[in-house]
Amino acid sequence: MATVLVLGATSDMGIAIAKKFAENKYNIQLAARNPDQLKPAQSDIAIRYSVDCTLHAFDALNFSSHERFFNELVPKPDVTISVFGIMDDELTAFDDWNTTARMINTNFTGAVSILNIAAKYYMKEKKGTIVGISSVAGERGRESKLIYGSAKAAFSAYLAGLRNKLYKQNIHVVSVKPGFVYTRMTENLSLPKLLTAQPSEVADAVYNAVVKKKNIIYVKWFWRYIMLIIKNIPEFQFKKMNL
Amino acid sequence: MKKSIANWGNYPVVESDEQFFSFTDQLNQLVKNNDEFIARGNGRCYGDASLAKKTISTLKYDNILSFDIQKGIFECQSGLTLDKILEVIVPKGWFLPVTPGTKFITVGGAVASDVHGKNHHIDGSFSNNIVDMDIALSSGEIISCSPVHNIDLFEATCGGMGLSGIITRVKFRLKKIETSFIKQKQVKAENLEEIISLFEKYNHYTYSVAWIDCLKKGENFGRSILILGEHATIDDLNEKQKKEPLQLPKKKQITFPFNLPSWVLNAFTVKAFNFLYYGKNFKKEINNVVSYEPFFYPLDAILHWNRGYGKNGFVQYQFVLPLEAKQGLIEILQRISDKGLGSFLAVLKVFGKQESIISFPKEGYTLALDFPVRKGLLEFLDELDKVVLQYGGRIYMSKDARMKPEILEGGYPELDKFKEIIKKYNPDGKIHSIQSDRLFLTSN
Repeated sequence: MATVLVLGATSDMGIAIAKKFAENKYNIQLAARNPDQLKPAQSDIAIRYSVDCTLHAFDALNFSSHERFFNELVPKPDVTISVFGIMDDELTAFDDWNTTARMINTNFTGAVSILNIAAKYYMKEKKGTIVGISSVAGERGRESKLIYGSAKAAFSAYLAGLRNKLYKQNIHVVSVKPGFVYTRMTENLSLPKLLTAQPSEVADAVYNAVVKKKNIIYVKWFWRYIMLIIKNIPEFQFKKMNL
Repeated sequence: MKKSIANWGNYPVVESDEQFFSFTDQLNQLVKNNDEFIARGNGRCYGDASLAKKTISTLKYDNILSFDIQKGIFECQSGLTLDKILEVIVPKGWFLPVTPGTKFITVGGAVASDVHGKNHHIDGSFSNNIVDMDIALSSGEIISCSPVHNIDLFEATCGGMGLSGIITRVKFRLKKIETSFIKQKQVKAENLEEIISLFEKYNHYTYSVAWIDCLKKGENFGRSILILGEHATIDDLNEKQKKEPLQLPKKKQITFPFNLPSWVLNAFTVKAFNFLYYGKNFKKEINNVVSYEPFFYPLDAILHWNRGYGKNGFVQYQFVLPLEAKQGLIEILQRISDKGLGSFLAVLKVFGKQESIISFPKEGYTLALDFPVRKGLLEFLDELDKVVLQYGGRIYMSKDARMKPEILEGGYPELDKFKEIIKKYNPDGKIHSIQSDRLFLTSN
């Protein structure tokens, strides 16, 4: 039976993805800063899907701990999925370097740190799958997502580069750009119903992308075209817009 | 975030700030940060019991915590819905000890309404099967209770409409089954006299319920179909069913796409529906083996069937009368028939004995009817309330959206004790709903 590692498993998307893979008979490794919070999810997955589910402490910001974290996983996961991320208030972040640094380090640096380690292991094994949950916010820099968007842009570029690097070694990399999703992160925003996905829809799309070896997925299909339009607005026009 | 919410009857509709939690520490924060709230599950109570300016939803708190397959003991967080539980327990040879007519309710809701099923006369209500449970009080503290521990809190929580706190965890006993099928018997009754004598004749059946056509007058007044059932054994199954005796029913669901205009439901269409429903049984008695799904949850197959009552919504009216008060049953059905206010469903069941302070069930006959909301309805129901009280009966709070406080008080002799307990555990009065304010259970 194959094993999947979910990094950032306390998030709504993380838990939905874990359950989707468990339903398809993968053993599950849930990793989060506070794994005790995940004990109920652990029993749920084990009972509901009759698979093994283990909990692991993982702190995205503690880069030097990542090597040891990955080494201690038994067995090593066949699929590594990076779901963690934070979205702080952009005005606060602009004023306060610590908030900016934390947003960059969680959404980009921390993800690169752990996925480099997973990639090196998969290169040795000559097989494996890596999934990164990035964001449509990384498609083009704009005021309302200044730091978050640029960190996600960097992460998207990293995933694309990694896919290119690992392709020859039979290792597949999936970039996920979910668009709006109903999660704790967006609980207080009023989102357009048609454009917003449930965490379970993201999970279905991720599972499907892993099985069918898709490269870049958007969950709700029209996001691909929305972003295509946004990316094609000339910069002299774009800079004047409130986005 | 503020939004318009309503429960299953689509009446009333209120503006509410609905908040969610996935972890216990988040719940603790929510309880502390809000100056008032009521817990809410899947919104399948009919009226305003789980409506308030601020609601705390349990729907994201839905993990299974343990399942003892040998002993049949199941433990979960309160936001888990019964349909998800069935998917896990049925293939292992277990069933819900008590289930209402929909599987789309949360376990927390099952306890807060202390739901009953077609087997109340044999197995009691949901709370009879609880081993223990946890309640988050308005202070943020979570404490456990059971029939032997913190008994007052336990008693005020079963059927207490969430007023004792937020139910967070429930451990309960399951019922052993050999197959997932039901051996069903349907018997036609020409009138009310006959259906009541049939209930008495078949009272040894685990499951029994009757559908009454309450618009019939004259000698067919109370025309009905009695539906009886037992969990089928392997020997009851045909060869095909025997191959997989504990199979889950196949998912066949359709969605009611929009609200029907309210004029669609009138005396004529309801009569036609009832005629067809009654007429589909040609024989006096039908015996067959069916999946548990159509037997327990016939309406779950049509998602959003409540839209059939139009955007004004409907009120479900459910009361219980003592066994000896058959005359009251006749009087109420007579008034409904005279008024022609229309009811898709008129469901009659028998309750066995039950000791409780705020739970609805008590020994007698219980009747549930749907009424689309229209002019004159509320006044009419007020009249029915008086008849119910006069015959020593009471009204089910889980269905209620309009009862007056004196009617509740008249029906529940231990009401003062209930109020004292909820005050003891929540002295700050933070927990209240539109219903509890209306019924003077809490002060606004």
